[in-house]
Amino acid sequence: MTPADADLARRAHAAAATVCDPEIPVLTIADLGVLRDVTVADGRVEVAITPTYSGCPAMDVIGIEVQTALAQAGIPDARVRLVLSPAWTTDWMTDAGKAKLTAYGIAPPAGKASRRALFGEEQVACPHCGSAATEKVSEFGSTACKALWRCRACREPFDYFKCI
Amino acid sequence: MPTTSLSLTETPLLAGILRRADDALILGHRLSEWCGHAPMLEEDIALANIALDCVGQARSFYAYAAEVAGGGLTEDDFAYRREAGQYRNCLLVEQPNGDFAGTIVRQVLFSAFNDPYYRALTGSRDATLAAIAAKAEKETAYHLRHSGEWLIRLGDGTDESHARARTALDELWPYTGELFEVDAAEAALIEAGTLPDPRSLRAGFDATLDHILSEATLTRPAGGWMQSGGRAGRHSEHLGFILADLQYLQRAHPGATW
Ligand SMILES: [Zn+2]
Repeated sequence: MTPADADLARRAHAAAATVCDPEIPVLTIADLGVLRDVTVADGRVEVAITPTYSGCPAMDVIGIEVQTALAQAGIPDARVRLVLSPAWTTDWMTDAGKAKLTAYGIAPPAGKASRRALFGEEQVACPHCGSAATEKVSEFGSTACKALWRCRACREPFDYFKCI
Repeated sequence: MPTTSLSLTETPLLAGILRRADDALILGHRLSEWCGHAPMLEEDIALANIALDCVGQARSFYAYAAEVAGGGLTEDDFAYRREAGQYRNCLLVEQPNGDFAGTIVRQVLFSAFNDPYYRALTGSRDATLAAIAAKAEKETAYHLRHSGEWLIRLGDGTDESHARARTALDELWPYTGELFEVDAAEAALIEAGTLPDPRSLRAGFDATLDHILSEATLTRPAGGWMQSGGRAGRHSEHLGFILADLQYLQRAHPGATW
């Protein structure tokens, strides 16, 4: 890569990294690990993004917002490429992203995304009061990536970002 | 997009991809029929989420089918422009939702097969299939856990929920044999390392079911006669009604977008 291309890639990455997830607007796609790579070939920028779930309906919007963010940074005509491999995992979520999730009222993924037991027990701390006295209400929440939990200490329901 | 049905030359690879794609699309469509009708809000959301995963998986497989088939086809052509006889899904996924127990039993039976199938597919020599499977197997693990937990509650619940779960299990069991069938096209793909051999997953399927069913105080039906034909395009009448619903818009207004 020429120095000019490297500089373009760096600016493009910085612009793409500001795009927020439309369903969890406190997280950027960089926080989530959805932003995988930014490359430059023949002066044209290509941004690789990966879906959190196969049916994630936010990917089209994220692609458009990446192109918009790059255009506003003076980089028109960027290409967005969807990559499936390696498969996205919550392990890629940054610590800053996890802290933002908690502050937003969503419990971040607990632990590492190793193979789950069929009926394994999860320990999830309440994002409101921090209590460990929580229970799962449903495996599926308001979006594919979240489950519905409730806190027995402060009585509040909350979303839990599932560990996958 | 033209309104005519697709005329396809099915290579073994294309047939193998379409079987996975059609399983996912038709099950996803069935589950989506619960949207707004499930017994409680949480379950309405859960079934819709599982449907979304299935349709997403189907899209990945159809996009690959389009790439393999060439000729400028897109994923939509496969979903919207094939007749029932060109669909390659197993008969299990097109069975009607029935009552809630029926939907849960269908999901357990399919997921207990499909979850380990996708996991095995992650080792495919075909890099695209391996990538789609690596994404999807994380999702199907949740589908199996969710439907398995429900089946335990239904089986080990009231007399009525137990009876409904048992009836659904007896009715749907004859559709499980097809999941493990291998025809000539499939055998060639297994030989090439493109697809896993479903027969190698049988023992794990039985063990998973026995684990769930024993907690649910239900028993696995004895072998018995098995339905077959979906993989070859011989479907129950139900698929025609599904496609009439699913394809109506593109058939009536070819190429419509919004
Ligand atoms: Zn709390």
